[in-house]
Amino acid sequence: MSTTASNPKDLKKYTDPKTPAGKAADYLDQRTSIGVAVKEFARKVFPDHWSFMLGEIALFSFVVLLITGVFLALFFQPSMALVRWEGDLPQLHGQLMSAAFASTLDLSFEVRGGLLMRQIHHWSALIFMASIVVHMLRVFFTGAFRKPRELNWLVGMTLMILGLAAGFSGYSLPDDVLSGNGLRITDGVVKSIPIIGSYMSYFIFGGEFPGEHIVARLFTVHILLVPGLILALIGLHLFLMVLHKHTQYPGGGRTDKNVVGFPAFPVYVAKMGGNFFFIFGVLALMGATLSINSVWNYGPYDPSPVSAGAQPDWYMLFLEGSLRLMPGQAEIVTWGDFTLSLNVLIPAVVIPGLLFTFLLAYPFLEAKVTGDRREHHVLDRPRNVPVRTGLGVAFLTAFVILALAGSNDLIATHFHLSINAITWVFRVLLFVGPWFTFQVTKRICLGLQRKDRELVLHGHESGRIVRFASGEYVEVHTPLSDQERWLRVNYEATRPLELAPAADARGVKRKGYASEKRWHQLSRFFYEDRVEPVTPTELAAAHTTHDALAAADERGGELATASSHSADLER
Amino acid sequence: MSDSKTPSTEIGPVDGSELATTDRFADPGVPEHKPRLTDTDPKAAARSERIVTILFVLSVLGTIGSLVAYFAVRPDGTVPGVRASTLWLGVTLAISLLGIGFAAIHWAKSLMSNREYVDERHPIPSSPEVREVAVVALQQGVEDSGIARRGVLKGAMLGSLALFPLAVAVPLISSVGDDWNVSKFRHTLWRKGMRLATDPDGRPLKAADLTVGSVAHMMPDVSTEVRESGEWISEKAKAVILLVKLDPEDIRSEQRPGSSYDGIVAYSKICTHVGCPVALYDQQTHHLLCPCHQSTFDVADGAKVVFGPAKRPLPQLPISVDDEGYLIAEDDFAEPIGPSYWERLR
Repeated sequence: MSTTASNPKDLKKYTDPKTPAGKAADYLDQRTSIGVAVKEFARKVFPDHWSFMLGEIALFSFVVLLITGVFLALFFQPSMALVRWEGDLPQLHGQLMSAAFASTLDLSFEVRGGLLMRQIHHWSALIFMASIVVHMLRVFFTGAFRKPRELNWLVGMTLMILGLAAGFSGYSLPDDVLSGNGLRITDGVVKSIPIIGSYMSYFIFGGEFPGEHIVARLFTVHILLVPGLILALIGLHLFLMVLHKHTQYPGGGRTDKNVVGFPAFPVYVAKMGGNFFFIFGVLALMGATLSINSVWNYGPYDPSPVSAGAQPDWYMLFLEGSLRLMPGQAEIVTWGDFTLSLNVLIPAVVIPGLLFTFLLAYPFLEAKVTGDRREHHVLDRPRNVPVRTGLGVAFLTAFVILALAGSNDLIATHFHLSINAITWVFRVLLFVGPWFTFQVTKRICLGLQRKDRELVLHGHESGRIVRFASGEYVEVHTPLSDQERWLRVNYEATRPLELAPAADARGVKRKGYASEKRWHQLSRFFYEDRVEPVTPTELAAAHTTHDALAAADERGGELATASSHSADLER
Repeated sequence: MSDSKTPSTEIGPVDGSELATTDRFADPGVPEHKPRLTDTDPKAAARSERIVTILFVLSVLGTIGSLVAYFAVRPDGTVPGVRASTLWLGVTLAISLLGIGFAAIHWAKSLMSNREYVDERHPIPSSPEVREVAVVALQQGVEDSGIARRGVLKGAMLGSLALFPLAVAVPLISSVGDDWNVSKFRHTLWRKGMRLATDPDGRPLKAADLTVGSVAHMMPDVSTEVRESGEWISEKAKAVILLVKLDPEDIRSEQRPGSSYDGIVAYSKICTHVGCPVALYDQQTHHLLCPCHQSTFDVADGAKVVFGPAKRPLPQLPISVDDEGYLIAEDDFAEPIGPSYWERLR
């Protein structure tokens, strides 16, 4: 990398071991060889794009979660021992409740800034999960999971699942009616697991639901186990990111062998540092102005009451919706009078299992059907990989339909619709919706690719109409600049895998042909429909028609083919 | 990169394939750097610098404001008081943070150089020489340890490593599940002759207190000490019932003698789906709806499922009245209440 550092003599002023800064640097370097790290990272180049900031939002909201979480942990008591609350709220004064709920009330009402910290913490958790999901979408749709980043995709997936665990365990800590019913549902789901379900319920709750242990156990999970794992995996995630160097969007001068962007110091130090303060600031503003999880309105957990229209945090909605959609008939009694609760097992275990397996397996699946072993550092434009983009949108559709189904009661009350009808509509949509959006998205992608071809071949419409001597009108197109064209032609339209014949030259059947054939079929599903990028030859041919036309014009429009060429121009 | 012969990796288009070299456009290279207004106009640069400074100062004012808010706005234990304190502390904190955030980002975007640099990427795999040295190192290690020659030792080591987690796992797992007696799911506090008490105030209820169409949330009538003990919540979680008085003519399910009393039926309040309290009763249709997942039960027809993800009817608690006219249980539930589990019918 060529650096344009100002006069080296100016820098000497700071690094000279006689100045205070120089002495400190010298002291550190003598003991840590920090100079090597500074040399390596200070001017390391990172590409710039707004979508590369999504993962950063997740990282920084996690930092905010740690800061506010430490504050909360200093005041929260993870105990289900019953205490009588002597606080000032008339509706709860003198009530018997768990120490967990009482300390949540005290934290909100007695500790100055306590409610602010609680609300910032809760909003940060919602934003944390949202930014993880959006970051994953960016990585998926641009193909950033391809070699060499498949393992980092798995690390990211694990982080997302840990994020769910962190959110769920934290949500349940205040021991209020809403979170208690959430645990109640968890207990029901765990019990549906064949053979070991009842014992797993005992394992989690330390006996029968709800028992006296669950809050203390979730507290340990929430403040030690899960955040510890998340921190470790964030470290690994970022280490791999630095090792691989960041991906970059396609464009002039960007190849799989280089990285084009701004230096870490000072540009990204300022941008990332600023972004941290910006995100913390926005979360503080949300915590200050948007009230969330006002547990004193719900009251302490009691197994009897429940509130209608209750919703889990947004990232759990898809599971809730999945549970709501499943018809009850699926519960069956097997041989030996064992109960198999497929009405719970399928929506709460199998469906999320399928969704996560798809995400985990996708990078490997795509590499296999592409027959691709190369490293990729330039991102795909989503339109250039229509089936991947379609699958991603189909996945998203299923997720959104399940999440909406998790709010079917609110939809029913807000729009005065029958809850049964809505449930049936979602049941059908869960199967039809993803298929439909897959087809539409794939077609849109192919259409956009064709439009790119069109633009490259014929240029921008200039709005300038020219009349030939023959009386014919054509619109003049301005050709694309080199950069504009490069963006639209710099991709590969992957072809399906070639299938070798079933028998070799001597007519002996090959081993593994059947499996190869199945992969080949999948490969065709991926790459059968494709639009090839424009080649220089094609562009030259397109220009030739222009020239032919111009020549025809000069000769008085006598060329018989001229009309067909002009039709080509207008298309 | 092209000169290194690292196995199984290639960067860039496959060389020699028909697609690659022949008929492709040439990369036009990194676009030319376009100077910003602040690069060319010193006045614009000075203006940017002023804005950044003001933003940093704003942050300082926000911090001072938050300290003022901390001491000036004291929450008084009421909801509005706490809300006011939260609002002032939060907004000043946000100003203090956003000031720094906007200042740093504006500085980076308008004043720091936005010239793009190009770094080379290095191949991810280690070079063949390094790999060779690594393999040799491992081989030497294996030889030094003699593990390949000493088969018994290897087996003993693997065996001990595989087994030792048991010493931690068994005490842990066997302790966290209490007594592992899952047959407790079968029984609730209800006994023959136990009175039904209203939930939450714990008042016994007379059959005469109920009119047709009325609903009552009930629990076992136990002493205050029991209700204030730590174990109560788990018992209550199984024992809560919903009492509905129907017009006896509306009852379509067959009622065995001693299961209902004068049109009053009692069903477990715990949903047979995943265990939410079933709480929404519709007088017109006699339907009982679970607000969690919308399982709908028909109280007039043995609490059978008419819609939703639950399969089984809510278990019925047999009831009658004692000499004083108070509602009492005739027995415990005939089957386990709540969500299904593997050995439910065993």
